[in-house]
Amino acid sequence: MVATEKNKNTYKVIGTRPVRPDGTDKVTGRAAYAADTQMTNLLHAQVLRSPHAHAVIKSIDASKALALPGVKAVITAADLPDTDSDSTQKLLDNVIASNKALYHGHAVAAVAAIDVHIAEDALDLIEVEYEILTPVTDVREAMLSDAPILHPDLRTSLQATNVDTATDIETNIALHLRQERGDVENAFENSDVIIEREFETSWFHQGYIEPHSATAFWSHDGQITIWNSSQGPFVQRDSIARLLNLTAQDITVIPQEIGGGFGGKISVYLEPIAAVLSKVTAQPVRLTMTREAVFQATGPTSATYNRIKLGAMHDGTIIAAQAYLAFAAGAFPGSPINPGVSCAFGPYYFENQLIDGFDVVTNSPKSAAYRAPGAPASEYAVESTINELAERLEMDPMELRIKNATSEGKPNSAGAPFPRIGAKEVMDAVKNHPHYNSELQGDDVGRGVALGFWHNAGLESGSSATINSDGSVSLSVGSVDIGGTRASLAMQLAETLALTYEQIKPHVADTDSVPFTHVTGGSRTTFAGGWVAYELGVELREKMRQRAADIWDIDIEEVEYTDDAIIKVNSDEEKAFTFSELAKKMATTGGQISATVSINKTSQGPAYAGHIVDIEVDKDTGKVTILRYTAIQDVGTAIHPSYVEGQIHGGVAQGLGMALTEEYYYDDDGHLVNSSFLDYRMPTALDLPMIDTELVEVPNPGHPYGVRGVGEVPIVPPMPAIQQAITDATGLHIYQMPVSPRVLLEELLESENLSSNGHGTGEGRF
Amino acid sequence: MQSLTYQRATSIGEAVSLLQNGGDTARVLAGGTDLIVQARERKRDVSLLVDVKHIPELIGVSYSPDTGLVIGAATPLYQVYGNKDVKEHYPSIVEASSVIGGTAIQGRASLGGNLCNSSPAGDSLTAMMAINAIAHIAGPQGERDVPVEDFFTGPGRNVLEAGEFVVNIHIAPHQSGTGGAWQRFIPRNEMDIAVVNCGTYLALENGSVTNARVALGAVAATPIMVPAISEILIGQALNDEIIDMAADAASEAATPIEDMRGSVKQRKHLAGVLTKRTLAIAAERAQS
Ligand SMILES: Cc1cc2nc3c(=O)[nH]c(=O)nc-3n(C[C@H](O)[C@H](O)[C@H](O)COP(=O)(O)OP(=O)(O)OC[C@H]3O[C@@H](n4cnc5c(N)ncnc54)[C@H](O)[C@@H]3O)c2cc1C
Repeated sequence: MVATEKNKNTYKVIGTRPVRPDGTDKVTGRAAYAADTQMTNLLHAQVLRSPHAHAVIKSIDASKALALPGVKAVITAADLPDTDSDSTQKLLDNVIASNKALYHGHAVAAVAAIDVHIAEDALDLIEVEYEILTPVTDVREAMLSDAPILHPDLRTSLQATNVDTATDIETNIALHLRQERGDVENAFENSDVIIEREFETSWFHQGYIEPHSATAFWSHDGQITIWNSSQGPFVQRDSIARLLNLTAQDITVIPQEIGGGFGGKISVYLEPIAAVLSKVTAQPVRLTMTREAVFQATGPTSATYNRIKLGAMHDGTIIAAQAYLAFAAGAFPGSPINPGVSCAFGPYYFENQLIDGFDVVTNSPKSAAYRAPGAPASEYAVESTINELAERLEMDPMELRIKNATSEGKPNSAGAPFPRIGAKEVMDAVKNHPHYNSELQGDDVGRGVALGFWHNAGLESGSSATINSDGSVSLSVGSVDIGGTRASLAMQLAETLALTYEQIKPHVADTDSVPFTHVTGGSRTTFAGGWVAYELGVELREKMRQRAADIWDIDIEEVEYTDDAIIKVNSDEEKAFTFSELAKKMATTGGQISATVSINKTSQGPAYAGHIVDIEVDKDTGKVTILRYTAIQDVGTAIHPSYVEGQIHGGVAQGLGMALTEEYYYDDDGHLVNSSFLDYRMPTALDLPMIDTELVEVPNPGHPYGVRGVGEVPIVPPMPAIQQAITDATGLHIYQMPVSPRVLLEELLESENLSSNGHGTGEGRF
Repeated sequence: MQSLTYQRATSIGEAVSLLQNGGDTARVLAGGTDLIVQARERKRDVSLLVDVKHIPELIGVSYSPDTGLVIGAATPLYQVYGNKDVKEHYPSIVEASSVIGGTAIQGRASLGGNLCNSSPAGDSLTAMMAINAIAHIAGPQGERDVPVEDFFTGPGRNVLEAGEFVVNIHIAPHQSGTGGAWQRFIPRNEMDIAVVNCGTYLALENGSVTNARVALGAVAATPIMVPAISEILIGQALNDEIIDMAADAASEAATPIEDMRGSVKQRKHLAGVLTKRTLAIAAERAQS
């Protein structure tokens, strides 16, 4: 490893803010997204979705739809392959329901037609007979022994010892997970202060602005090509192969520009449908979701119920911590309960702790990854409880945190020791920040503070690079670029080769062109892809030295590659090439120079964030206005500081949406009734404050340039920070998210804080 | 979207006959910011669009101190709130029309469209009701006037008969000693449907109220007037106590439903809060 603090000051490209290569096309509207895909004989598909949250599909009659002029094909689950694997069957069932519709909006059939309007008309002509069952959308209700059962074959799988969870009965609890250290029971008995609180969070959707879209062509030779909006073309290629009973060799996924994903564009929804429709019609088929379908059938992160118990000594040392986390998985197992559990106590070291996590199926869309999956919910509960403990102990909440902070060498919740992390540095930076130390002025104002932890991901990445005869370098990466990674990867290659950023030409490749690359997610792309870029640079430098040595007919050891990208021999001034000069000679001296690298690293550095927020509450309406927001984060090394700040802004924006306005609203029959951007209230530009960022740089020793993932952790602290600010402003403790104006107003009305006439204390103008 | 026919009418008579011949699935097209969305989402069965934006009587704003304000039903909102007389004399109309959608929507959306879409939460409706605006209607039987407060018959429903449409909206001339105000509550700061909206209008003489009109939206199947408030306020001098009584009467009059946009408790309370706030502003305007 070369990294780090030492040569940090000598970076030439890293730490600068160049323009992104995709910028011009995006601002001029030329960038091609999946829904822009055009080709000869393209058919347009639409999906029929269940109007019921829980129903047996008794029969489907598509004959009238097929008779409509312009309709080319109708498919149902019967047209998808059979499988012996229960887990594959569940994935197939999420693509199109086979015998039961498990949520409102669950796909039951699909149509391909010569235009999208005819396809829509055809949906109305498909006759589906349902037997309606009672749905359950609430996680705690789904856990009750008399709850409606979604999957009669489901049994609780245990990743826990010493528990009495039953495993041989019909249940909606797919998994019980436990992580334990020390003896909590005993430690609670020895605690001076014990505090226990319960919390709920709603379903939150990623809300990417671009709906899912996929175009598929199943050629007569059996080759399938997919053009889609994807965060992980390789992972999707493999899952499409699994679902269609094919192999990776049969499928090419060509990712288009992507309009946001946040974790929600990893699962496949449309691709197998478009592919099968293409096979049936022998024409290419394009399928784009409506926004309503996006809300109904993709994405959201789990709704949760969490209970936290902390035991502390008078001096603030927390000696016992217990968490009970129940996550709604949606219709099929697979909530982010694992990371929810492993992140819950992430910023701290408690000697005794016990965490139980439950993955529970409900009649809602199958939950998907969403920015630090699971962490916002579990850490919201823990951070809020810590803030309340600080109140009880009459301690500064940051002092309480610093006292219990974890650090290098201490075990994480699974027992493995932490590498060098910036938990303490972030906590100190919060405590010392002018915002934290400023006086809060005005009526009905409040301040909140919270920490966030996310472990980040490593995983496989691959890329190739080719030196062109003009001295530029083409960089083909396997990672889809969502947040500016073409730039951040090109910068790391430029730094390694001692070239300028402008000399590198990055490009997102398809699944046939570069080695397997895991998803753009887990805050891993600048980390892992950057490592690949570094290794590519090292290899290209070697090859350039070798080429020069060959030209001069000397040993490679005599050839140096300087910090100015001069390839030369020290003892002989005549023997020196600039990078471009040598590049120009490649063709006649042995051919073009290129390299391909793939890696699988696990040394990603965990990330910590600390946020401070000031708010004002309109006590007559329950509306919260954010007055000031500061986000502090250990970012390892900020390769492109603007994009790092952009990631932080985005995380805060989404976290504030969860805290104040976003939620899934189900009616009593399990219908999702707010599946639009009008009624699923994501914050707009007018709802967000200016967000000040402070980048703390504790380089990750597990990366050549000290990179840590930065994209996910900033979504974690907003919920608990807002919760505390509301408490500070109103004296109310509210244990559910979002604290929408409705929730806050109703709490205010119930408390005595409001004068008895019921219309507020207003200004009394008369 | 289903396939449909588009026809541009250039006179009132032409529009009436197009609508009459078009039957149930013929719709007036003004800005289209409700209608096109509903048609695309197949929430409304539309086979014929009759574009009324090219009928001279339906576009434009005019004011005279003698006859008052006339707003062509299809006039885009930016021309309404941007009009100098509207700005000077009808601040509540400015307040309501300038929050509908955003800049892009306001380049198209109209008061006539907001009125005829007849949503219980339509923002300009309570501003128009409070100030006693009159809808001027044309149809196969000729022309007629209906006060906006009597226009609505249910959610999305109104008094228009087959072949009828709104030509313009008329508001009486401004008089000194009067003032109107309008506010809504939305959870976000833009792009939201009112949880509650409220229009008020006050006339004061020597410190005592001679006329008071309060309208509430999103608290019942249609926007409603609250006559109880008029009874409380008329003949009285305004003070905190009496304003609180008016606010209580507003909460009392509100009979909202519980849905994803708001709860019963929240809406009843906000009806009072907005009544109180808008009355304060209207009073200030009446006195200035
Ligand atoms: C993004 C967005 C945001 C919005 N925000 C708001 C908001 O904040 N507040 C709010 O109240 N609304 C809002 N709306 C709804 C809409 O913009 C308003 O109701 C607008 O005033 C409708 O006017 P229009 O001219 O576009 O009507 P259109 O869509 O043309 O017509 C609406 C209905 O009225 C009928 N109609 C129109 N004109 C006449 C007439 N002269 N005579 C008879 N019938 C007629 C049409 O047939 C149709 O049924 C929003 C809409 C969008 C898309």
